[in-house]
Amino acid sequence: MILQSVKMAWEAITSNKMRSFLTMLGIIIGVVALVVLVSLVNGATGAVTSEISTLGNDMVTVSISDDKGSPIRLEDLDTIAALDAVGEAAPSDSMNATAKFGYSDATVSLYGTTPAYYNIQGLTLQYGRFLKSADVQNASYVVVLAYDTAEELFGSADVVGESLTIGGRSFLVVGVLEKDTSIFSSMIGGYSAYAPFTVESRMADSPYVTSISISPAGNTDNTESQVNSFMLARFHQDEDAYRLMNMSSISDALSTITGTLSLLLGGIAAISLLVGGIGIMNIMLVSVTERTKEIGIRKAIGAGKKSIMMQFLIEALMVSLMGCLLGLTLSWIILAIASSIAKTISFSMSLNVVLLAVGFSSAIGLIFGLYPANKAANKHPIEALRYEG
Amino acid sequence: MSAQNRPIISMTGITKVYSVGGEEVRALDNANLLIREGEFVSIIGPSGSGKSTLMNIIGCLDVADSGEYILDGQSIEQYSEEELARIRNKKIGFIFQNFNLLSRMSALANVELPLIYQRLHLSERKEKAQRALDRVGLTDRSSHKPTELSGGQQQRVAIARALATDPAILLADEPTGNLDSKTGDDIMELFRELHRAGDTIVLITHNEEIAAQAQRRIRIMDGHVSEVGV
Repeated sequence: MILQSVKMAWEAITSNKMRSFLTMLGIIIGVVALVVLVSLVNGATGAVTSEISTLGNDMVTVSISDDKGSPIRLEDLDTIAALDAVGEAAPSDSMNATAKFGYSDATVSLYGTTPAYYNIQGLTLQYGRFLKSADVQNASYVVVLAYDTAEELFGSADVVGESLTIGGRSFLVVGVLEKDTSIFSSMIGGYSAYAPFTVESRMADSPYVTSISISPAGNTDNTESQVNSFMLARFHQDEDAYRLMNMSSISDALSTITGTLSLLLGGIAAISLLVGGIGIMNIMLVSVTERTKEIGIRKAIGAGKKSIMMQFLIEALMVSLMGCLLGLTLSWIILAIASSIAKTISFSMSLNVVLLAVGFSSAIGLIFGLYPANKAANKHPIEALRYEG
Repeated sequence: MSAQNRPIISMTGITKVYSVGGEEVRALDNANLLIREGEFVSIIGPSGSGKSTLMNIIGCLDVADSGEYILDGQSIEQYSEEELARIRNKKIGFIFQNFNLLSRMSALANVELPLIYQRLHLSERKEKAQRALDRVGLTDRSSHKPTELSGGQQQRVAIARALATDPAILLADEPTGNLDSKTGDDIMELFRELHRAGDTIVLITHNEEIAAQAQRRIRIMDGHVSEVGV
């Protein structure tokens, strides 16, 4: 019976293609709005979140503005690293200096740090090695360059073993990092280089650590509170002496914002689907009136209320599901175009969004088909047969 | 011979009252009617005589206010619409003046329609529908749409649709009313043929000439039903 109703519905829909299409249009637009908006927000969120995690999602940074007479030395970092909730700790002080190689030069941010920095920041090497403990102890003039820095100065990245001068001193290149393709790095721009802390502090004439990167052992929030109490004890309970930043709290805040955003946009899209549903009801009501005679004939030859009800309900459902299908196809095309324009961000339809669209469209088809179908089913056969439209 | 056959339609004291503009109209007043299996009966009456009401009650499109109506051994009482639809589907084969075919569908699909509502399987449905079309002489027209057929052919499709379910009665309402006299004669010939094959036919008309071709005539006037010439 359902198969027959589907067949009848299909005949009715195809017998007036233009009208059926226009009826579907409301659903098509609604579905496109829902799927595209939600997918765009999700895609953007995904991109931003992954950017943040490349910055070091699980990382706490401390920058000290006032040392209160008890500055942090390199040895103190071992004490911090020994806290239960702390994995590793490394200085991340930096200075600007001019780097030169032959006739080319560039202003670089020279970071003075220790080997632990590599893991904390989640760096990856392209060539050579990162800094070693011996480099720090011996205050060796060795440097690890960012990929772009190497390219800018040397014209190529494979420059391990070459020498260059930074801030007037000669450095040996021991390693080159992998190219950083994240949006943040292109936003921040600039060229960076990493030297032993002992070298950088001497050059900058600031022997103390004023900026620390800390990786957590376990929960980042625990790390944050433990480091915070350490700093408070160190700086005589003065909260203003330092600034502590938890990277994961940034991504938490971001996900709250994007969650709200996708809810809001999804809500707007849902309203347009609702309007599409009203369009279906409108046309179904017209269709029921137009087909009064048909309903009369069907009833005379033995169609019961339920059969008529089913026929019109399935027709409404089919219109909305076909609209949904067309909407999903269109959304897919739009997202593919958006992805190719945005390049770095890929917008894809998640299964959840597709299921949401299908579920919502079916519900709309059923709800708004119910009234017209009921009207059709309740027509009196004698009057319906007598109707001349 | 028909007098011995079992009754298909048995009405006693059927009354149907409509109120039109606050005034009561007795469309059927204490009507009695007996039609046996295999009979070819015509019901004649001018418009407004209660003819349509009688047809609607015979065809189970409507139920009487009072009286007893037994159709093919089944008492038709205050059934629900759903149950009446099922009875119509099984026992009545309607044939209308204006054919009432669904123009979107082929002849075969139109004939299949009542079988769909019987929930028959596809193969059985096709077979029965094709057999019904064969009986009305439209074997080669099964894939044509009603608009591609002449009036006479359309009425034949409608008759095939009525025959498809092997109903207890064929109930024809002015079946020749929309046809020219030649085509009308052909349709009447078809009815006589069906009658000879054993189908029970009730033909409702205002045309004396058409009515005279039936085996038995019943006149209806102002809601009263009476036998003619017996």
